[in-house]
Amino acid sequence: MEQNWLFIGVFVAIAGVFPLLPIVIARVLAPRKPNHIKLETYECGMETVGDTWVQFKVEYYIYGLVFLIFDIETAFLYPWAVAYDVLPMFAVLEGVLFIMILVGGLFYAWRKGVLEWS
Amino acid sequence: MSFWSDPIRVANEWLNGLLTDLLPQAWATLIGNVIGVVVVSSFGLILVIFLIWLERKVAARFQDRIGPNRAGPYGLLQTIADIVKLLTKEDSIPEKADKVTFNLAPIVSMIAVLLIWAVIPFAPGWIGTDLNVGVLYIAAVGSFGILSILMAGWASNNKYALLGAFRAVAQLISYEVPMLLTLLVPVLLARSMGMMHIVHDQSLWFIVLAPVAGVIFLVSSIAEVGRTPFDLIEAESEIVAGYHTEYTGMKFGLFFAAEFLHAFTVGVLFAILYLGGWRGPGAEQYPILGMVYLIAKSSIGYFIVMWVRSTLPRIRIDQMLDLNWKVLTPISLALLILTAILDKMFAETALRAPVLLGANVLVVVLSWAIIRVLSRRSRRERKVFKKRPEARAV
Repeated sequence: MEQNWLFIGVFVAIAGVFPLLPIVIARVLAPRKPNHIKLETYECGMETVGDTWVQFKVEYYIYGLVFLIFDIETAFLYPWAVAYDVLPMFAVLEGVLFIMILVGGLFYAWRKGVLEWS
Repeated sequence: MSFWSDPIRVANEWLNGLLTDLLPQAWATLIGNVIGVVVVSSFGLILVIFLIWLERKVAARFQDRIGPNRAGPYGLLQTIADIVKLLTKEDSIPEKADKVTFNLAPIVSMIAVLLIWAVIPFAPGWIGTDLNVGVLYIAAVGSFGILSILMAGWASNNKYALLGAFRAVAQLISYEVPMLLTLLVPVLLARSMGMMHIVHDQSLWFIVLAPVAGVIFLVSSIAEVGRTPFDLIEAESEIVAGYHTEYTGMKFGLFFAAEFLHAFTVGVLFAILYLGGWRGPGAEQYPILGMVYLIAKSSIGYFIVMWVRSTLPRIRIDQMLDLNWKVLTPISLALLILTAILDKMFAETALRAPVLLGANVLVVVLSWAIIRVLSRRSRRERKVFKKRPEARAV
């Protein structure tokens, strides 16, 4: 088991080195002549107006919240699916009940109009 | 076992013997791991070079063109030429950008895709590492990709890039839900999260037991990659290039390569979870055959991805979110419930496959009927139009 995670740990390190390599090579090979106009924000040739980091459409955030609920609940279902073979029918139905609560949440959000893009 | 039927195992044993002779055990394990990682991840990276050529060639065929055909035989060296070009391009970092995040984003996007390859079973015994939580691991590292897009969009300090990142939040995390749910179906059928175990368990391919889940997995994975018809995060006609507007040179190249590798990884995952992975006649005796089968099966999924890409136009963001939350998610929840109950009732019996298949057909028919009724109703409600102002010549 530790062997497996050692492999993953080494993988993370090396997977980080691989994309770093072309960037470093490019740094050596590529020309570097920055000037003020070149480094301005590119918005189709128009000068940028105002601050970019502002509060924006709230819908995106609400979808994020709905996702969070679903993601966590689905993660809980994985152990249930793995133990499926040894579970009696009753425990399976309990898992189904759990999914039904999830379905209830989805329909609640739906009726509340959270899923409408306005 | 000869070298040609199972080169990886032979090489592995030889290397292991060599390392344990020369070094203490702990170092030998570490170096063995490093070599394994380098082999697996460089396989992925070399694959990208070929994939970009392949996709350009196939897309060209769809559009009645020839595609790259100048550099090397059949244009095979086109990607190499592109890489050389990208390497010699100036890398400009906008003055207003958040420098650290800006530079980190392309690296994270590549890491996210490469990490999936750590648990891909290529053939019997050929796997980076057979984690017992393989599927969960894939779901976990898959979300790093979303993170990288968010980082890129935010750090660029560009309104178009930020819009792309906002859309990524809505789209990618939404489609993560049906993807996770349909990843759960093979886990349920195989009773394990280990990738090798899932492949071993598919004496009957899971696409037969859960065809609808397979299709939903493929669709939501296409959305996860951000390809047409779901390419709203980099919609050229609306928001320049989305999150990678400000990226130049090799950093853009990394985003590009990561996307292509991800698209193929989707095909590979589809093949492993639903098409039986490396299974095929003779794969147990000759693992190299298993590799061939896996690549062939992955090409099916990958080809569908390319086909969809060159056929369908981009859809609107409200349509896309509706498709996810009002169609795919309820259907995959229903499938999960049905599969869980029916598989328990008919486990180990001959009826298992026909019953599960019948349940899938039932779900498709029912959801089609419900969608028809609902869409007709909403169309009737929308009948009352406001009178549009007329255009008049002044």
